[in-house]
Amino acid sequence: MKPYNNRAWFLVLPVFLIVAFSAILPLMTVVNYSVQDTFGNNEFFWNGIGWFKELLDPKSELGGRFIDAMGRNFIFSFLILAIEIPLGIAVALAMPRQGIGVSISLVLLALPLLIPWNVVGTIWQVFGRADIGLMGWALTGMGIDYNYVSGVLAAWITIIMMDVWHWTSLVVLLCYAGLRAIPDAYYQAARIDGASRWAIFRAIQLPKMNRVLVIAVLLRFMDSFMIYTEPFVVTGGGPGNATTFISIDLVKIALGQFDLGKAAALSLVYNLIILTVCWVFYTIMTHFENAERRMQS
Amino acid sequence: MTTLRLEKLAHSYKANPAGPQDYALKEINQIWQTGGAYALLGPSGCGKTTLLNILSGLVTPSQGRVYFDDRDVTELPTEKRNIAQVFQFPVIYDTMTVRENLAFPLKNRGMDATFIKTRVDEIASLLDLTRDLDRRAKGLTADAKQKISLGRGLVRPDVAAVLFDEPLTVIDPQLKWELRSKLKEIHRKLAVTMIYVTHDQTEALTFADKVVVMSEGEVVQIGTPEELFEKPAHRFVGHFIGSPGMNFLPCVIEGTKAQIGQFAVELSAAYAATAQANIEMGIRPDFVTLSAPGKGFPIQIDRIDDLGRNRIAHVRLAGHKLAVTVPPSLDTSRSEMTIAFESSRIGIFADGKRLEPQSRGGA
Amino acid sequence: MTLSLHSVTRQIGDDLHLNNVTLTLERGTLNVLLGPTLSGKTTLMRVMAGLDAPDHGHIAVDGRDVTGTSVGKRNVAMVYQQFINYPTLSVYENIASPLRVAGVARDEIDRRVNDAAKLLRLTSMLDRTPLQLSGGQQQRTAIARALVKRADLVLMDEPLANLDYKLREELREELPRIFQSSGAIFVYATTEPSEALLLGGNTASLWQGRVTQFGPTPAVYRQPKDLITAQVFSDPPLNLLAGLKQGNRFTLSHGAELPLYDDLARLPDGPMTLAFRAHHMSLKAPVSTSMSMQVVVGGSEISGSESFVHVALGSTKFVLLEQGVHRLDEGTQLDVHVAADYLFAFDSAGHLLRAPVNAGQGGVL
Repeated sequence: MKPYNNRAWFLVLPVFLIVAFSAILPLMTVVNYSVQDTFGNNEFFWNGIGWFKELLDPKSELGGRFIDAMGRNFIFSFLILAIEIPLGIAVALAMPRQGIGVSISLVLLALPLLIPWNVVGTIWQVFGRADIGLMGWALTGMGIDYNYVSGVLAAWITIIMMDVWHWTSLVVLLCYAGLRAIPDAYYQAARIDGASRWAIFRAIQLPKMNRVLVIAVLLRFMDSFMIYTEPFVVTGGGPGNATTFISIDLVKIALGQFDLGKAAALSLVYNLIILTVCWVFYTIMTHFENAERRMQS
Repeated sequence: MTTLRLEKLAHSYKANPAGPQDYALKEINQIWQTGGAYALLGPSGCGKTTLLNILSGLVTPSQGRVYFDDRDVTELPTEKRNIAQVFQFPVIYDTMTVRENLAFPLKNRGMDATFIKTRVDEIASLLDLTRDLDRRAKGLTADAKQKISLGRGLVRPDVAAVLFDEPLTVIDPQLKWELRSKLKEIHRKLAVTMIYVTHDQTEALTFADKVVVMSEGEVVQIGTPEELFEKPAHRFVGHFIGSPGMNFLPCVIEGTKAQIGQFAVELSAAYAATAQANIEMGIRPDFVTLSAPGKGFPIQIDRIDDLGRNRIAHVRLAGHKLAVTVPPSLDTSRSEMTIAFESSRIGIFADGKRLEPQSRGGA
Repeated sequence: MTLSLHSVTRQIGDDLHLNNVTLTLERGTLNVLLGPTLSGKTTLMRVMAGLDAPDHGHIAVDGRDVTGTSVGKRNVAMVYQQFINYPTLSVYENIASPLRVAGVARDEIDRRVNDAAKLLRLTSMLDRTPLQLSGGQQQRTAIARALVKRADLVLMDEPLANLDYKLREELREELPRIFQSSGAIFVYATTEPSEALLLGGNTASLWQGRVTQFGPTPAVYRQPKDLITAQVFSDPPLNLLAGLKQGNRFTLSHGAELPLYDDLARLPDGPMTLAFRAHHMSLKAPVSTSMSMQVVVGGSEISGSESFVHVALGSTKFVLLEQGVHRLDEGTQLDVHVAADYLFAFDSAGHLLRAPVNAGQGGVL
């Protein structure tokens, strides 16, 4: 006789209930909407996979919008990763290792992380205005044509700067933790081997940071791929559709045009993309770790 | 090839040391010859690692000078001194192959590619790493990694001394033997000065020609393994070297006899021991044997340890504890066992310091 | 209590960490797990403690199956290689902590803590915090905390590995005394054969997740069942001679022949491995039954009272341990001898055919 029993499952029950109400039921509602069409008055008609077909057909209006928005999402995520990761590493390397400087820099770095998204948006919206914002005023004063409401480039630069300002700290903190975990003997050995600053970075610091960097890339990618609040506050998706990301478009379709079916189909596909990307990252990460464990034994 | 000279060297980690107790390393003067194998032996906190770090340039001493031959290197940074160091835990560059690891110090110094290749091959064959040269260093075992750390030190043609900081800590006992004899072999072949820091007496004694025993920031004795074993200058050395360490029995000296309680032990020489000093007789367990009843001094047996290749009895003579050797064929089950001392191996210590005998045979 | 493991197997990924381990540990015994790094010592302890469940097999306490019971219900104490103490609590509070959790009465706690402190010679340090103590004292505090619980099972995973050599020696001598006064089942993992011998008790030798032999420590040392066990339980490494046995001749792989005597000659013919420990190979004059070999010196290490001489017979390397100082230069040719009495013989599958003479009778070999 084995003393196993299944009582422990009862303890998990509350979690199941909460997840059911908070995730599964809404999701089912969305799935339900995605296969129907409505013309108001709470009347729904069965549409099958019609919305999905339209969504994945680039020649249709909805499909075109979706492809464009997704392209913007990928470009945005790619750009902020290309800026935040190297910048984060550089800042982490420049941070002090001991003394009072450590706490001061940690507090300063943590500050942007504590500010809510919409506030960040508002701060930069004001900061970039030519009439009352310091940056907008300074740039205009220097003769640079900077206006995020009308200029596509200016709008993109503004939201990218915003994200970099808001989130580089996270990368810095992760990298700093990774750097702190390197034993002193490595640096001493490298000095004895006559390694240059760059060689130390390549041979010791970067390899020892690679785990935290994978986590940093994963977190920043997912978060940036779901971007909504900042562009919504600052540019509202414009000028034109220049900063209309999937999430913004989704809200436009759902609440602006009240096309619940289209919006539901879009949000399901959006969800699927994020899940796929997560799965790919997760697989790569565990693959790395397994390979490492195999080598150690 | 370089002679290492330490002049009035001392170090304190405090900015304003108040007295000797603040010094991690108390003043020492040493000359270490080219090509020697030295060991710094002592318990943790005895200052051996501080001394090693001063030699490698990781710590700048608070007083005194360090010379490599006649060049004053006291202020020189690590990378400007031609020394190599092997640490307690293997340091390897994870992303590189074994070959790239070994070539790293040469590449950093901008050496010629063909020279690097020959040199790396040469060192790899010396360390039995040739087979693994193109494997990633990360996947290797701890002892192979430690060999790579060592190889990176040896690969530089100009290296004056190799410093070892407890390099066998993470190595399994069986592999320690292999790695240690490898070190000895390399020492013979390359004739490079090696300085080995450890708390393990077996490692220190078997590795070094000269062992520097340290305690509480001071050098207590420097000598060959035999000298340290046969004639420890200090109680600490006697205790620290040997396993179990030397026995010390409080006694009163009367001519060529040491009186321990009611027992008089015959000595091989007379000692001029003043009555004020705390006099002890020191003898290693190897030179006291357990014997059958009626042959020596009567003792009580507390415990007998079977160490596989020999047995050690923990006994009491006139209330004083000591460890003695049990001869292989002796039946220990009998009561009233005795012990016998080998007179010529007895040392006399006054206040912890070894006394020189006055003359042979009598006073 | 009796702890028994039946065909316990644990696999992590593709690696078999424990391979069909069957072991019975009795109350009041000290059991050493001896094996090199990664041989499965820690995994076995975790399974014994209930921190990990085995993939196959089961674990019983006094015949009662506890395979799925969590660690919290098993009354187990563990001491690790790292000194684990609460840094802000005094030594007294550190030792008392498991009793406070268990809600033991105040004066009972006081009595037990003082008893444990006395046993581990910590009485004068009860008011200090762990960081004011030496490594040895910190580890003693951890051991006291494990003992004060009066656990049925005390697991120690290389508890002395991070200590200085001399401190290790001291604690090693004290441990058997501490074990005797307790009455729990003690399990002690180590990589060092000398530590196992000094602790005594029983030894289980581990190799690649298998328990190759379990029995009284001196018996495992002197009468190993197989070659692997003999090698695990040997420091310096066991010296091996592989060859073919025909009648009273032993032909080595590179052609040299050695004579065999008495019972060795009477063993069945065939491929065989002869083995002997370092201190059984001698530079001194041979006895009538000695196997003599002409070898080349690879180097010598002097430890003050003894010399380790590394020698080679063709491509086979040996370590020889001789009393006294023998400084021999590399390349010197000399004769070395092993008395037939000291030889182990193993068959081609590694099973013991013959242990040194008198090995079973407590003779020192």
